[in-house]
Amino acid sequence: MTGQRLWRRRATGLAGAATALAVFSLASVAAGSNPIPLGEVWRLLFGPDGSFESIIVHEQRIPRTLLAVAVGAALGTAGALMQSLTRNPLADPGILGINAGASLAVVAAVAVFGVTSVWFYLWFAFAGAAFAAVAVYLLGGAGRRSPTPARLALAGIAISMAVAAIVETVILADQKAFNEFRFWAAGSVEGRGYPVLWAVAGFICLGLLMAAACGPALNAMALGEDTGRALGVHIGRTRVLVMFAVTLLAGAATAAAGPIGFIGLGVPYLARAICGPDARWVIPYTVLAAPVVLLAADVLARVVVAPQELQVGIMSAILGAPMFIAVVRRRRIEAL
Amino acid sequence: MTRLSAKKPEPGPGGGRPDLAQQATGPSPASERAARLRGSGLAVGYGDRIVIESLNVSIPTGELTVIVGPNACGKSTLLRALARMLPARAGLVELDGQPIGSYPPKDVARRLGLLPQSPVAPDGITVEDLVARGRYPHQGLLRQWSKADQEAVDAALARAGVADLAPRMAGELSGGQRQRVWLAMALAQQTPILLLDEPTTYLDIAHQVEVLSLARGLRRDGYTVVVVMHELALAFRYATHLIVMAAGSIVAQGAVSDVVTEDLIESVYGLPCRLIEDPVTGRPIVVPLEEFPDAPAQDDAA
Repeated sequence: MTGQRLWRRRATGLAGAATALAVFSLASVAAGSNPIPLGEVWRLLFGPDGSFESIIVHEQRIPRTLLAVAVGAALGTAGALMQSLTRNPLADPGILGINAGASLAVVAAVAVFGVTSVWFYLWFAFAGAAFAAVAVYLLGGAGRRSPTPARLALAGIAISMAVAAIVETVILADQKAFNEFRFWAAGSVEGRGYPVLWAVAGFICLGLLMAAACGPALNAMALGEDTGRALGVHIGRTRVLVMFAVTLLAGAATAAAGPIGFIGLGVPYLARAICGPDARWVIPYTVLAAPVVLLAADVLARVVVAPQELQVGIMSAILGAPMFIAVVRRRRIEAL
Repeated sequence: MTRLSAKKPEPGPGGGRPDLAQQATGPSPASERAARLRGSGLAVGYGDRIVIESLNVSIPTGELTVIVGPNACGKSTLLRALARMLPARAGLVELDGQPIGSYPPKDVARRLGLLPQSPVAPDGITVEDLVARGRYPHQGLLRQWSKADQEAVDAALARAGVADLAPRMAGELSGGQRQRVWLAMALAQQTPILLLDEPTTYLDIAHQVEVLSLARGLRRDGYTVVVVMHELALAFRYATHLIVMAAGSIVAQGAVSDVVTEDLIESVYGLPCRLIEDPVTGRPIVVPLEEFPDAPAQDDAA
């Protein structure tokens, strides 16, 4: 039966993604200005011995890696959800300006209230992401005369750049208040630590669960709105749920690591190539594989200019831009 | 061939196949069974444009109902309103005696299926996966795929004659194959009522016949089928209940032989015509009357 072969292929791919995630997580713990051999990493992982390396591994690299995994999974899944809902293969929370909306809300809140606790500005990140998500959705997903995917992406990029400029201006104007935000504004998982990770982990898990729950309805809606409704999908409720999940995921990720783009773009695209356009598979693939991309970008960011570091947001843009161009250049871009 | 006069437009039972003609003129079983799907006082439209105003319709259970009418007469709009695709501005659509909006969406989708005019096949989807999506209303959040689902999908693929296409990519299929795959998707939904919005448009005559004879087979198996279409000869041939619409209203309905007259066709389509009898089924065929330079002289034209 062909269904069985497809199932095996999907399961194999999923196992491959899980393996890649484990490998890159280890690499992320090993790499940096003080490279630690993998064998040593493995030993210290299970037996912290109080040495300098042990402290680096447990105090810096592990939280950094865990945060990168959480942020990667969140951004990737947000992208997969948006691509599915808008049938736009260029939808990504970074490209469409949702991360930019969240980051603008964060710096505005910090500038006005001067509080830099993650528990405080997280809520502003959600508000900013929600506002941007609704705006983007109204621009591109709803309505009969929606713009083409490429136009919508271009509008999103323009908005993101304008917002990024505003964010930079606000941060430069009050350097003291934004001391810890300078790297954040370019997208960084460095030195954020466990407090930030714990603050966002619950919201990201909730967002991932909602994403998984919306999979079947998104599958039915992918056959067209009429077909989806005829199959019994509650179209309005599904849209609201998906946008809520996107807001949670993109807002939490941005609050944790700043605006990072392109993570949600390529991974769902590759997942569809392997397992076909089935949201029930694309979402788990993305949860496992998107962190791999972010970890790879973060490891590269530590290696290319060692002993200095680049921000992972910059690195992911360098890696993601060719992907973006490749998708744009495909002839049948609106065919999702 | 018998030519029917303008005064007596109905194809008489004395045609080639009395049995078929008899079946068409005989008492409809629909009158004895309550309609499961009906609309009363319906007003439907898009934006500012009202397409249908105050229309009453009931879909006879167990019949193959065909809705015909000129372009923009509101036949697809009516179908979409009956399938809750379009909200009624006024009036009520009732399914099994209850307002259709009072059911949970999945509950409606287990009773009533609709194949819209232009469904979207996602890039890279296989035929089997596409048909499997018809199972959505039968699946819960935690029970995603069951043996019953697989059986329904296999049966639908076989019924629509596309079992051999199951592993193929939906995007690679020809128009006729694609339409049968979409029908299989709707069949996998396992609804006793099936609404098909222009399923034969853009198909060649062989594929039109294929789709309609599938619809007729479904009706024979107890389905209630409603088809919106343009091709009158095929509509008259396959319909066991005909609804003729013009300008947002139903102007005639019933058995084909009771309903179709030259006057009706002329008033609905604005086309003077002659009806002749289908030599195979005895059903009427519309022959347009117009100035035609090469035609033999028609001295008996009305």
